Amino acid sequence: MLVTGIKSRPVYAGLVLHEHAQRHLFVLEGEGALALLELVQPGDVALERAEIMYAPGGSAGEAHGASLSALGAHDCWQAPTVPTLVNRLRFVLSTATMGTRLYAAGTEPFLGVVTRNAADFGIKHSSISTEHRGSLKRRVQCVHCKGCTEDVTASPVQCTHCGVHLLVRDHYSRRYHAYQGVSINAEDPGVVPAPEELFA
Amino acid sequence: MTVNTEMRVRVTDVCAVADSIKRFTLARIDGEPLPVFAPGAHVVVSMDDNGRLRRNPYSLMSSPSNVSKYQISVLRVPNSRGGSAFLHEQVSVGDELTVSQPIDLFPIDNWGHRHLLIAGGVGITPFVPMMEVLNASGRQFELVYSVRSRTHGAYWEQLSATYGSRVRIAIDVEGDVVDYRSLLLNQPLGTHAYVCGPPAMIDHVLGTARVLGWSEENLHFERFLAPPPGVPFSAALRRSGLTVEVEEHQSLLEAIEAAGVDAPYLCRGGACGQCETAVLAADGELLHNDHYLTDDEQASGHKIMPCVSRFVGAGLTLDL
Repeated sequence: MLVTGIKSRPVYAGLVLHEHAQRHLFVLEGEGALALLELVQPGDVALERAEIMYAPGGSAGEAHGASLSALGAHDCWQAPTVPTLVNRLRFVLSTATMGTRLYAAGTEPFLGVVTRNAADFGIKHSSISTEHRGSLKRRVQCVHCKGCTEDVTASPVQCTHCGVHLLVRDHYSRRYHAYQGVSINAEDPGVVPAPEELFA
Repeated sequence: MTVNTEMRVRVTDVCAVADSIKRFTLARIDGEPLPVFAPGAHVVVSMDDNGRLRRNPYSLMSSPSNVSKYQISVLRVPNSRGGSAFLHEQVSVGDELTVSQPIDLFPIDNWGHRHLLIAGGVGITPFVPMMEVLNASGRQFELVYSVRSRTHGAYWEQLSATYGSRVRIAIDVEGDVVDYRSLLLNQPLGTHAYVCGPPAMIDHVLGTARVLGWSEENLHFERFLAPPPGVPFSAALRRSGLTVEVEEHQSLLEAIEAAGVDAPYLCRGGACGQCETAVLAADGELLHNDHYLTDDEQASGHKIMPCVSRFVGAGLTLDL
């Protein structure tokens, strides 16, 4: 059912350290912690210029926060929620200078919200190093009522705003950081195919 | 198969604006407005230099809001292979020239929250309309403009008068040398840097920015390479069934055009990629002078940019 081959679908190439960065900002969510833990070793020289912001999210039961802390970065801060992390990220970016490089790892909705917020500070999405870790869940925007439904793991999914059953496409909007969902039964109301768990 | 639709223009004014720099004002001979252009755009000027066709790119420096005319500034290059010397010595008010449609390979990046314009010498030209547009739209910018001396630098007095503290002039002979490292070190996030000037200056600024961790997305530059002279050689054009002789002071592209083959081009300076041509056979060495092909592509020997690159050897066959 999934409509694939759509160019707007983002590609997350995996974290790559920019050796010349004056300052590294790592923003991580859940399993995204592992992306950084696999990229650097405690004591790496890059960590002297690194700040880590971590929202455990669905990985709260793991000890990733302690492992990140043990890296010995210049700063390591754990956020209670993603919105709290984004708040702090925005403050940090508002006073940052060129030579600061941003890295994001975690679920796709997290990468989306970081990319969208960074854009407000003139950071182009292609200059952010990103890595997708954890759930494949998606944020989906209903093209009919424009409402967004969070944490979508199946298609079709019922819009939490208007109730239409939506086919989740690969068509992605960076501005809304959401995939587009279109009515799956517009021509045949009442008939709804069984949802498939595509984005667990 | 050029993408250009050329236009005949008349020179309506010629003005010496600095040592070795003249400004030419051009208007269409049919009196129609010229095409709208975005700041940073250039045109390719075609000249009949005593029977030899010269085509040189020049940045447009007149106001984008007034397309009744175009203005270009031309530095007279010592030992010029043509073009600039021809314009300086042989072109005056009333003469006709041919210009291409405007081509913009150096646009303002609208992602930028701040625009740092870095000019050296005649490289100031694309920044003149850029500043007009940035200023009119209330965007943050700063110009750092290096000139050799007060008399060598064009437009610096009027730019200083118009934009005040947003313009910094560095006069080389007075010992005022720009410290690009300090300049680039503490720029606010979201700054885009644009560089136009002598090749060594462009390389220095870009290299400094990269070592300071700037992302490529925030770096923009424009350099027009003059096609370097070299040993004459011949090139076979497989599809046209022709062989062209490339003279010492002629580029491969010019020789191809002189043979009547309509090869693609845009910038004529090794930057844009439009003239990329497949090499079918080469018994010798390709002399790559462009900065478009990747190192791997240049090393592969399968591609050449005829606008600036040459060949030394026994035989070259191109897919043209």
